[in-house]
This record gives sequence, C-alpha cells and structure tokens, in this order.
Amino acid sequence: MVATSTEFVIERPQGWLGRVLEFARRNPTVVIGTSILALMAAVAVFAPWLATDPLFINPIDRLKPPSKEFWFGTDHLGRDVYARTVFGTRISLTVGLAVATFSTAIGLAIGLVAGYIRIVDAIVMRIMDGLMAIPGILFAIALMALFGSSVQNVIIAITVPEVPRVVRLVRAVVLTIREQPFVEAAVASGTRLPRILVRHILPNIFAPLIVQATYVCASAVIVEALLSFLGAGTPPEVPSWGNMMADGRVYFQIKPWILLFPGICLALMVLTVNVLGDGLRDTLDPRIARRMG
Amino acid sequence: MAPSDMAPSDMAPSDMAPGDMTPATARAATNGDAETVLEVQDLKKFFPVKRGLLSSTVGQVYAVDGVSFTIRRGETLGLVGESGCGKTTIGKLVMRLLEPTAGVVKILGTDITAVSGRGLRPYRREMQMVFQDPYSSLNPRMSAGAIVREPLKNYGLDGGSIGGEKQAEALFARVGLKREHMAKYPHEFSGGQRQRLGIARALALNPSLIVADEPVSALDVSVQAQVINLLMDLQVEYRLAFLFISHDLAVVEHISHRVAVMYLGKIVELTDKRTLFTTPLHPYTEALLAAVPVPDPEISRQRLILEGDVPSPINPPSGCRFHTRCPYAVERCRHEEPPLIEVQPGHAVACHLREVGAPPIKLEKRASATA
Repeated sequence: MVATSTEFVIERPQGWLGRVLEFARRNPTVVIGTSILALMAAVAVFAPWLATDPLFINPIDRLKPPSKEFWFGTDHLGRDVYARTVFGTRISLTVGLAVATFSTAIGLAIGLVAGYIRIVDAIVMRIMDGLMAIPGILFAIALMALFGSSVQNVIIAITVPEVPRVVRLVRAVVLTIREQPFVEAAVASGTRLPRILVRHILPNIFAPLIVQATYVCASAVIVEALLSFLGAGTPPEVPSWGNMMADGRVYFQIKPWILLFPGICLALMVLTVNVLGDGLRDTLDPRIARRMG
Repeated sequence: MAPSDMAPSDMAPSDMAPGDMTPATARAATNGDAETVLEVQDLKKFFPVKRGLLSSTVGQVYAVDGVSFTIRRGETLGLVGESGCGKTTIGKLVMRLLEPTAGVVKILGTDITAVSGRGLRPYRREMQMVFQDPYSSLNPRMSAGAIVREPLKNYGLDGGSIGGEKQAEALFARVGLKREHMAKYPHEFSGGQRQRLGIARALALNPSLIVADEPVSALDVSVQAQVINLLMDLQVEYRLAFLFISHDLAVVEHISHRVAVMYLGKIVELTDKRTLFTTPLHPYTEALLAAVPVPDPEISRQRLILEGDVPSPINPPSGCRFHTRCPYAVERCRHEEPPLIEVQPGHAVACHLREVGAPPIKLEKRASATA
C-alpha cells in the first residue's frame, strides 16, 4: 500500500482504508491480537444467539463426544459444552477487563502521587508492601467465605493483590522520569504541577502501564479460572471456564473434551492478550515504532 | 511580548561589544545598576551526605560555597571549572531548580530567594535555561511545536491555535529550523537541531537571562560552532544576558565577555575575557590555560601541570582550597582562606600571593611547598 518513490520519500497512504492497512502492515501483532479479542468480545456479547441454554441439563445425553448436534460434546450432566464455553467467554472477559481497568486506574493514581510527593511515598509504599504480603489465593478464598461467591467478589479478590504491583511499577517509572532534564525544563519554563504530571509524566508511563495492564488482564483470567477450579471463584452454576475444567477433571482420561475446549479457549485468550500487550508496547513507543516500521 | 514582535535592531552597535569594555565599566557592573539582570551574593548550596538505615546526615557536600557575581543585560559571563566544581549547581540555583542553602539571587533587582512555589512564576519568565543534553531535555512524546509552545501556554501567551502556531513558527525560523519541523518528534532531529529546539523553547518567553549549562558539550565540533554563533546572534538581537557554563575554555573564550573560574565550589578568579586569557593571576587559572592544547607541535611551552586529584568537596582542604595542588603555596595558604578581592580594576582573584595593585608578575615555584 506504500508508494515509495526512488528518492526514498515515503508517501502517506491516502484515505481511511489506506491508513488502516498501513497501520496493519506496520503492527501485525496489534491487529491480530485486537481482532481475536474483538471476536471473543463479540462471542461474549452475542452468546444467547450463538448457543443454546448453557444450564440446560439433559442426563440422557450426558458425556457425549463432539458431534453434529453437540459440537464440543456434553458433560456429566448432559449440558452442552459448546454453549457453556461460549457463555464462559463472558465471565473470563469481564473479570479480565474489569481487573485490568480497576487495578491500573487505582495503581496509577496512587503510584503517581507516591512517586512525585516524597512524604506520601514512604507511607503508601509500606501499605503496599503489607498488601503484597497477603497471598492472593488465600485472600480470595477468605473473601468468598465471608461474602459468598459472586463474579463481583472474584473481581475484587483479584484486583486487591494486583494494585501494589501496578503502584510499584508506576512509582518506579515516575521516579526515573521526574529526574529527567525535560521535567526540569518544564519546571524552568513555568509549568504547573498538574500539567507536569499530565503532559510530561503520564505519557511516558503509558507504554509500560499498558503492557502491565495486559499482563494483569491475562493473569486475572487465569486466576479466575484457578479460583473457580478450586471452587472458590464464580458460583458453580455459572458457566465459567474454570468451573467447567473442574467438572471435566474427573473424566479427563476418558472424556477429554469437557476439559479440553474451555482449556483451549483459556490458553488462546491469555496468549492473545499477552501478544496484544507486546504489540501495543512497541506501537506506543514512538522510538521503537519507527525503527520497526 | 514574543521575540518575534520585537524589532531586531533596537540597540546601537556600540552597546554590542561588552567584551571590549574598560575595567571601569566592568567594575560598575558589580554595583547593581539598572542594567544588572542577575545578581548573586554569597550563594551557598550544601548537599547532606546520608548514610545508614536511618539515613542520618554524616556530612555535607560543599557544592557551592559562597559565590557572588553579577551579569548585565547583553553580557555573557562564562563559568568554567573542572567537573564537580559546582558550575551546574550554580546554574540550577539561579534557575531555582534547587533551593539554595544560603545567599541571595536577584533577578532584575528583585530578591527571589525567599519567593517560592507559585510566587516564582513571574520571575521564571525572565530566566530560561538551555540544557546540556539535547536528548533528554526534550520530552520524547511531545512534538517540536508543542515543546516550543509550552512556555507560552504556561503564561497564557499562546493566543489560541493559530496565534500559537505563528509564534512557534517565528521562533523556529529564528533558530534556523523549518516550519515542517513543528510536527516532528524529538527523536527525528539531529543533535544540533535538538539544541536549536531547546534554544527556541528558552527564547519563547522573551527572557532577560538565559542560563546555558554546557549547551554544546554534547554536540559535534562543527555543530558546536553553529550553535554558539546562533547564541551570540540572539544575544545581540534580544540583548540577552547569558550565564554560560562550560568546561571548554575555547568555547568560553569565544562567547564570553567576562569569565569566572571555579574551583571546589568557589570562584577563584573573575575578570574580563581578554585579561583572563592573557594575564591570569590565580595559579589554578594558569594551570587551566596551560592544559588547553595548542594546534602546533613546534611550539614548546613552559606548562604548569597540576598533580594529584581534585580534593573531595565533602571534606575540602583548610585555608585556600587549592593549596594541596598549588606549586606556589606558602604556609599561610594552609590556614587562611583567601577572599576574592579586586587586585586590579575589574580583576578579582582569591590568592594570598596577589596583593591589591601588585603587578601581574609570574610566581616563583616552591619546591618545598609540595614536599
């Protein structure tokens, strides 16, 4: 799509489509990752139209292998594994995105302040150290025992241990950026503190933060599945991939499809999110982006 | 008022060469007349040295220890010295990027030492800085146009998107950058272009004083000359006062009108450029000048070569700070600190061996002094 003349002048592609294709050519990982994730999001949103009732129990059809009627087979209660996998996308995607959003938002706010204001730093970081000392899984189990299992509680249980990690990252980046001469230059030219934080510090945190957010998202998806697998996550009647894998565990050697399909979906989602994160990091950093282009 | 609004030739050519001023006018400059842009009195900055778990202060780094000087409008004061002697700290103290431990900094006659935070903003307009590293002093995520327009925005001088664009364009033109450069990002520029961008940013607010902290030391020699000449042109055009910090004597000789030589946080000699480079009075200045390479192998010179390292500024030597390396040192130098006094009109030096009114004869080496 790029018209390159003999004088090495790269002309900007014309039109909306041209620019999109040019972007796709330069950043294949971002485009592939976004596409798969968008597909998963679409599946999650349109689940009721794509599959039958995931909770419908039909003991006559139990433990059926994949067939024309049941694409992914059925489980020990005769529930359609395909329908449950499709609906499970909702849980995983919701938990992953919610945890990533909340933990980065909270972590960014705390980290920015801690990194720039020295007095706050000491206090906040000790609290964060304390939070990090709590084992995530134990915390989740305790929370479930106290407040009962629900998707909302799962999100809270995963977000809380993730926040200190984000805070540490943001604070570390802020500490290096605040010493950069361009921040001094901004101070010297009369820039006020809020503007320094927003215009000079924040944009330079963005790249590592986005990457961190995708890793948080990926790990949240895994932790949710793990908690569900242990029975401390989403309620058993909710079709989440972790619950399905827990159900299928007993039958794995003879009826592997019950565990296999949600497992594949889980792996695909985590991989996609991680690939997307790496792609975004390269794209968001203008220096690396130009070199790769 | 943006520099672009200013008539480029509102000054008589006779004002333009303060380097040729007589010692009498040089002395007048130290008396704080209306033309004085920057006045620094007994400026001090000590950094605490912290150690241990509870980070208790175990000592002080005497980075700047009682420095005084003035700069007039349209004048360049060169500040030279080895690395670690406190040159950059002085620049940052003047710019108030660091808080001074003691002393007074006056901008256009106003003492700004007690002013802080928001109150400093009107004074920041009058003093701008050009940084040493043209790479890290520009935000990599801001376009060149946005970088130059930021100071204008800070003071509400941007005048909307069209007005701001025009002002930035004029600044770009003034420093020799093209209009097309405005949309580019710092990493797309060469070192020299980046430094021009830094100069355009410093010019944006039409300041009275520019603190240039080693502005060319990161550049190629060929580009150095261009940037130095640009700075000198701008000085004439806008009657800027420069505090020019450098370790490169050739550059300082080219751009400065007066030169201050620093050693371990103190000014040891301060005079006009010509006098300093022809008849240096302080032994340290003499040694510095002797260290400048001469591009002619035929010339053999009697050189004063210093021995030993610069003593630590945490524990500076007693008496004259230079006595540990001075080949002329006498007993008095070890105990008594020499004050910076004006021994000739317009020529101040801090050395016991130089008395007021004494002729600038060469000093005699003392073999016993180093033993």
